[in-house]
Amino acid sequence: MQTSTLREKFNRPLVIAVTGLNAIDSPGPGVAVIRAIRECKDFDVRIIGLSYESLEPGLYMHDIVDKTYQIPYPSGGTDSLFSRLKYIHEEEQLDVIIPNFDAELYNFMKLSSKLKEMGINTFLPEIEQFNARDKMRLSEFGKKYGMFVPKDKIIHEKRELQKLEDDFDYPMVVKGKFYDAVIARSKDQAEKAYEKILAKWGLPIIVQEFIKGTEINIAALGDGTGNVISIIPMRKLYITDKGKAWAGVTLDDDNLIELARKFIEVTKWRGGCELEVMLTSDGKPYIMEVNPRFPAWIYLTAAAGQNQPASLVKMALGEKVEPFTKYEVGKIFIRYAWDLITNIREFQMISANGEL
Amino acid sequence: MRVRKNIATSDEGFLFNPTTGDSFSTNPIGTEIILLMKKDRTSKDIVDAICEKYDVDRALFERDLDDFTLQLKEFSLLE
Amino acid sequence: MEKQRYERPVILKMNTGLMNKFGTKTENEPVTHIESVPVKSLLSEYGSPLFVISEKQIRRNMQNAKRIFKTRYPKVRFAWSYKTNYMNAVCRIFHQEGSWAEVVSGFEYQKALGNGVPGEKIIFNGPDKTDEDLIAAAKNNSLIHIDHYDELYSLIRLSEELDLHPRVAIRVNMDTGIYPKWDRFGFNFENGQAWNALTRILNSKNLDLVGLHCHIGTFMLSTNAYATATRNLCELAWAAKERYNKMVEYIDLGGGFPSTNTLKGAYLPGTDTVPSIDQFADAITDVVLTYGFRQEEMPTLVLESGRALIDDAGYLLGTVLATKRLSDGRRATVLDFGLNSLFTSLWYEHKISPAKQHGSQTEEMVLFGPLCMNIDVVRESVVLPLLEKGDQLVVHKVGAYNMTQWMQFITMRPNIVLIDKDNNTHIIRKAETLEYIEQLEQIPDHLK
Ligand SMILES: Cc1ncc(COP(=O)(O)O)c(C=O)c1O
Repeated sequence: MQTSTLREKFNRPLVIAVTGLNAIDSPGPGVAVIRAIRECKDFDVRIIGLSYESLEPGLYMHDIVDKTYQIPYPSGGTDSLFSRLKYIHEEEQLDVIIPNFDAELYNFMKLSSKLKEMGINTFLPEIEQFNARDKMRLSEFGKKYGMFVPKDKIIHEKRELQKLEDDFDYPMVVKGKFYDAVIARSKDQAEKAYEKILAKWGLPIIVQEFIKGTEINIAALGDGTGNVISIIPMRKLYITDKGKAWAGVTLDDDNLIELARKFIEVTKWRGGCELEVMLTSDGKPYIMEVNPRFPAWIYLTAAAGQNQPASLVKMALGEKVEPFTKYEVGKIFIRYAWDLITNIREFQMISANGEL
Repeated sequence: MRVRKNIATSDEGFLFNPTTGDSFSTNPIGTEIILLMKKDRTSKDIVDAICEKYDVDRALFERDLDDFTLQLKEFSLLE
Repeated sequence: MEKQRYERPVILKMNTGLMNKFGTKTENEPVTHIESVPVKSLLSEYGSPLFVISEKQIRRNMQNAKRIFKTRYPKVRFAWSYKTNYMNAVCRIFHQEGSWAEVVSGFEYQKALGNGVPGEKIIFNGPDKTDEDLIAAAKNNSLIHIDHYDELYSLIRLSEELDLHPRVAIRVNMDTGIYPKWDRFGFNFENGQAWNALTRILNSKNLDLVGLHCHIGTFMLSTNAYATATRNLCELAWAAKERYNKMVEYIDLGGGFPSTNTLKGAYLPGTDTVPSIDQFADAITDVVLTYGFRQEEMPTLVLESGRALIDDAGYLLGTVLATKRLSDGRRATVLDFGLNSLFTSLWYEHKISPAKQHGSQTEEMVLFGPLCMNIDVVRESVVLPLLEKGDQLVVHKVGAYNMTQWMQFITMRPNIVLIDKDNNTHIIRKAETLEYIEQLEQIPDHLK
């Protein structure tokens, strides 16, 4: 019954802007988020794509995305993002924005109250929650709440790698502050990884204990007051050389659900997130990383019966959403690539005008 | 200076080089120059035409045109 | 027929990987005035390049910082960090606003005296104080912040020889969880060195321990680091009180608050990521207020903020000398100021605005200074309107460390102009002349 209220309240398609329409070997979640939202029967939508680059496939999928606007790179800061969003809002009267890209979240969180004043809703974690799960504070977080996390060390100089050899065994994981992780099996490899990541993402560099086990990802949605709306654990069945799941299956494991529930409850997480978990052979679930947004495989939650993106839209619009209680175990996703055909004019239009 | 025959230009200032697959955008004055080049106008004709229409010092435009031409050449847009 | 406005022809390759033009809108907003004075008339009157300082902005910054701390803690004192910008006019504005002086050399010390700061309101920091400096400071009742044991023993010796009673503090270094650790200044907290130095002072006949000092780094982005530093200083103060029955009068947390400039290599702009002074003030005062000192023994909080108080009051105006295309096709713009005037371009991606409205077309370019050196780069990559020779630019937030670290190299240093509260302009340091530069040179007879 809550569902019909949205339709009545708006009596028009909801205008929802979504980012992360890219689909390189490490794909953005945008298209999957849209697919899930479009499947929800409780409201109609007009989808506005927000893109950074001209070749994000989502912006050429005209039955998925109604119109796309380019937005400034996160490094442009909140001022330029805000003025661009203001323009887009004037054109489209946005109801909700769902950012899906790690590096942009900070800017959107900073702007969320200003956007709200304009009538644009978001459903994002607080900066504090966001920071608590930051890679660089993960071990602190684990200690505080008694969760398993890999030992790590933040370093600023290559020579610190040498000192680490006392505390860390090879292989170790060398990570960038936003992205990238390289498994190093020797000092030589660690130094190479350090250089490579430094060049791309700058300081600091994070060195992490290598945990061996089964890779599990959990997509979870919190309402911001400590309530869990949905938790779907997924075991990766096929993993690319970038470590991304190319196929996965929903699992039934109370331990994993409990872990995600605890995470949402202690952080009072608002919005979607993905816990990357390594389940060791003796059954300890290590939290390897927490991504503060939906994962690229988020459509699987809808397919398994808990449509997380649609629930997020409802909460963003102030609807109360009841927690889901069941999902289908054994649902599998298998990702595939598809060559979309368009013509040069569309590419030129979006490149030059920033709209398509 | 002749712009390659197969270069596609559009009113919005887009160029597409079908030999290399590259796309380009130009500002209105750039488009105008390219259209003149396509019509096989000499540099002098182009300078005359632009200086007639725009408020620009002849020497300055000649320099800018040289630079522009150099870029077209670098982008393999000239014959 | 009226001729149309000209814009240089440009052609851009549509590159999928490059920053799109929607990313940089704000840098293209022209800045035509500083306060209410037109950039154009400033440059025509005072020459190019030109440093401009807004008195109003300095006073606003100072009053704002004072309000922020005083609303949280009763006893607060700012000391203007001379090295940040020691133009006398600038220092005097800070002194008028109630700031003491913080100096790190005999030269700066003399400057502070010359600006009318009474000796007892000068904090003397730094590792480089000569015996003469120490004697003068002790006689003037200045606050001597001891940096190392050699200085401590010199001061003890001098005070005994000359029967002086200097008021001293020690500088403490510590691990506040930030990188890099500034452990080369002062006495280390963790290994007990700081406490040893304190006991040495407390046991001396002549030295009067009045404060504790630290300066944990500059352009600090972590408020937590200040909480740690404050806690450590409070711990030392507490120990001195408990064991020697000596309560220090102040704890001095140094400078280090960031301005809103964007550090090189930072992913997000400074305006979005830099914590506000309120957040630093919360971190610091929360610790002191709850540490357990009795009301009457609460130490004065001393702050030596530099860049946070002056950076955004300073501008550098300049002019395009030439535009060219580099061998790799990039556009380069050569300016009449470079690393010699804008030393901070080594650390910051300075925001740079055109001084007039241009067309909407922009291009990516590298900005070079006029020096004949490869390192003379003002911005490695910036998107600006199509610039021509003679176009004027405004560099923002250059008030800190430029007018003290600038180099007289290849060209001479330009005028510095102050815009006062009523928008009148005053030269506060004249452009250098050949005569001025050569004044100190001497030619040996055989070369005459
Ligand atoms: C002892 C001391 N105090 C204060 C400052 C001012 O620092 P900031 O400009 O970072 O506030 C400095 C700068 O190096 C310093 O060394």
